[in-house]
Amino acid sequence: MGHNLIANYYELAAVVLFGIGFTTLLLHKNIIKKIMGFNIMDTAVYLFLAAKGFIAGRTAPIVVDGIQETTAYINPIPSGLVLTGIVVSVSVTALMLSLTIRLFRRYHTLDIDEIAMLAKKEDIK
Amino acid sequence: MNFVQNFPFFNIIMCLACGVISSVLSAKKARKLSIGLISTVAIMSACVLGFTLKTKQSYIYMMGHFPAPWGNEIRIGVLEAAMALFFCIIMLCSILGGLEHILQDVQQQKQNLYFTMINLMLSSLLALIYTNDLFTAYVFIEINTIAACALIMIRDNGHCLVAAMKYMIMSLIGSGLILISISMLYDLTGHLLMSNIKQAVAEISATGEYAIPMTIIIAFLCIGLAIKSALFPFHSWLPDAYGYATASSSAILSSLVSKGYIFLLIKIFYRVIGIEVIRDHKIDNILFVFAVSGMLIGSVCAMREHDIRRLIAYSSVAQIGYIYMGIGLGTQGAMIAALFHIMSHAATKSMLFIAAAGLSEVSGNSKDFTDLKGSGYRNKIAGAAFTVGALSMVGIPLLAGFTSKVYFAVAAVDAKPTKMETAMIILAISTILNAVYFIRSIISIYTPRNTKYNNPSYRPAKTMTTALILFIILNFFLGIGSNLIYRLIESGLSMFA
Repeated sequence: MGHNLIANYYELAAVVLFGIGFTTLLLHKNIIKKIMGFNIMDTAVYLFLAAKGFIAGRTAPIVVDGIQETTAYINPIPSGLVLTGIVVSVSVTALMLSLTIRLFRRYHTLDIDEIAMLAKKEDIK
Repeated sequence: MNFVQNFPFFNIIMCLACGVISSVLSAKKARKLSIGLISTVAIMSACVLGFTLKTKQSYIYMMGHFPAPWGNEIRIGVLEAAMALFFCIIMLCSILGGLEHILQDVQQQKQNLYFTMINLMLSSLLALIYTNDLFTAYVFIEINTIAACALIMIRDNGHCLVAAMKYMIMSLIGSGLILISISMLYDLTGHLLMSNIKQAVAEISATGEYAIPMTIIIAFLCIGLAIKSALFPFHSWLPDAYGYATASSSAILSSLVSKGYIFLLIKIFYRVIGIEVIRDHKIDNILFVFAVSGMLIGSVCAMREHDIRRLIAYSSVAQIGYIYMGIGLGTQGAMIAALFHIMSHAATKSMLFIAAAGLSEVSGNSKDFTDLKGSGYRNKIAGAAFTVGALSMVGIPLLAGFTSKVYFAVAAVDAKPTKMETAMIILAISTILNAVYFIRSIISIYTPRNTKYNNPSYRPAKTMTTALILFIILNFFLGIGSNLIYRLIESGLSMFA
């Protein structure tokens, strides 16, 4: 099993990055770091997809010199998926950041636990 | 090709377009557009349902000019059309019922954005129901998440912002897992269309190769969708999100958003992985364990709540547990029961949220049971609707909740002995727990002690009255006419695979 890990080092890196992002998103208290974790997690998936679509010795699927053979190009579908995924993650990041701004203006902290506590106290008043 | 066959595609595009248009309209026009849109989509879905019932088979609609392995497509059968129609009805009633509250809770200049989000939500739900492409499903899952988050945070107070943040974080974890599992599945099979993936998965599992990656893929997909639909150990975001958002948002979130994800999961089980492969990997057993613990813990948490909205929210955790129990039991009958419970829970829970909003508006906008005492007399229609909903959740005959419990019990008999015993015992305990807190709340709202909020000139808004009456009728219809729905789901499920 071990020799596969060395051969597929792109995928290995992607999965490790995914783990780092996932745990940061899940466990970190600071909202900004959570958003960073989310971005690392998504980027890891794009690395995984890009590595899967790449075929050694071939070029990006853009016809430039009139070469029409499919054997000259890499698989374009993962690249398409990566582009779509980037659009999605950009919009989600924007939403998260705007939400963070609103929370920061209200509570003057980025610690999610502290914010939750402050919100609870607001209720008692 | 029949013209009706184009309708599902038109519906999705119409909703997206109306979402964009609403953002520049005035609040009033946006509201009218949104309500008109949902009604139109409901009528068109009814036409599609009629068409599929007549032809007795599902059909594939090509999106663009490329045939199967390359192009994108949607697939429409009886079950999909029925779900779309049902979701539209629930959404329409939820918006009508909570309309006055939307006008109060949302700032005037932001109200059109609320309806933008409603339109986007509907488009993503329709796309999740109809799509035959896994990556399209992922994109619309994210659109759904964004719209749902906006529906929570549009009410500008601290609780809603925190709830939206919690919801967003959990949702992003879920979508991350879904994205990586879709990528891995693409890696293993080389396809993104559901039918092609299923073929490839069948070939792979026949050779016995890649058993561990396949288990991981299925587990990630299940956990991702379970987080988003708030199955028990992943439900931490739910009480805040449902408890503090404006009434319509809570109703839509609890009855439609989580159900859309569950529907997608069932679709993945049948159409992408194949139900036999799922059983080989024993994923259904794990879902079953989560589900039965959720049924108990959700009810226990609900019993401790003094806040009516949070009580209903925790009861959702238990009810989502019921649905996953149906999926986990692993028989055809249990799956039909789960699909039926998706409908009955959606109809009941949205009614409870709207009725709870109606009750708290006659109690000084408080959600605490001490203030709600006697509110059933002050707002009669909301009191009646809350009673019907609560009795339905407990499982009183003639109501929707009873019928789905009967279906679950009947389906459990066919399951494996250990699962059958567990399911039966937990069903019984859960019913008693449900009865404890729901009957207590009914007694509480009909205890005429609190005269502080008496206001003889109060009249509930016409829209709310209409919506609640529609909900009550729908609930009785699901309870009494359940045979019809059962046969509909059965025929839908047979053309699902």
